[in-house]
Amino acid sequence: MNSALKIELGRRYRFAASHRLHSPHLSEDENFRVFGKCNNPHGHGHNYVLEVSFSGGIDPATGMIVNLSDLDAFVQRQVLDEFDHRSLNDDVAAFRGKVPTTENLCMEIFRRLKTFHHATLERIHIEETGKNSFEYAGDHLEGDRT
Amino acid sequence: MVLLTRKIEFSASHLYHNPNLSAEENRQIFGKCNNPHGHGHNYTLEVTVAGEPHPVTGMVLDLKELKEILEREVMQRMDHRHLNYEVPELAGQIPTCENIARVIWNLLEPRITRGKLHRVRLYESPDLFADCYRTGANGAGK
Repeated sequence: MNSALKIELGRRYRFAASHRLHSPHLSEDENFRVFGKCNNPHGHGHNYVLEVSFSGGIDPATGMIVNLSDLDAFVQRQVLDEFDHRSLNDDVAAFRGKVPTTENLCMEIFRRLKTFHHATLERIHIEETGKNSFEYAGDHLEGDRT
Repeated sequence: MVLLTRKIEFSASHLYHNPNLSAEENRQIFGKCNNPHGHGHNYTLEVTVAGEPHPVTGMVLDLKELKEILEREVMQRMDHRHLNYEVPELAGQIPTCENIARVIWNLLEPRITRGKLHRVRLYESPDLFADCYRTGANGAGK
């Protein structure tokens, strides 16, 4: 084999947040038709499960791609502190004027996490519920709804 | 190409300690994982093999064969063992999820002769895991 062996570290985090799917570019009727019950004016919430994957060399001194305490503190600061027990529409500036679907949430969280210095963000995966999950790797969007 | 995955679980103890670092540095870097008496996990290993189903059997490889390989290479080496002291392949390495996954990859890759080892995923807990796979010309990629 002349190909390289690649190692990634995966870590899961959880946060609970509310959202309402509503586009200001659509009429009330259109919003209801497109988003259905997700358009309920008072919103609703989910227990999101965020899975992040980072790659990099294993530091021989620590055996780690990234020290978990560094990673946990970073994700806490970049995502959990701002998203957990918040309204995505009202409390997260990125969703002013943008529908907080989990597709858009993936892209926003990826943007925040790719600034991590110690390892390379490969992709993120978000479970909106046990039945709906979304994945984003930066260049292209891969979503699966099951 | 079809991917086939088998899951096994094993329990083992470990601790993180680098003898080249001071006691204080070890504590600072590894935190509670540096406890000298170690601690343990229930590891879950997912082994994925890629290949074309055989025209007669319809199998990429016989799951019984994969089960035996995993029993011999992983379970007998690691289950109910102390990873720092009882697994020679990990000697001199910190037994992190990343290093254990790499050791398991290296143990399994030459043993899988039907199909090709595609990915090893090792969960140390439901919220922490390492993936190992090949990239490039001969790699399965991702």
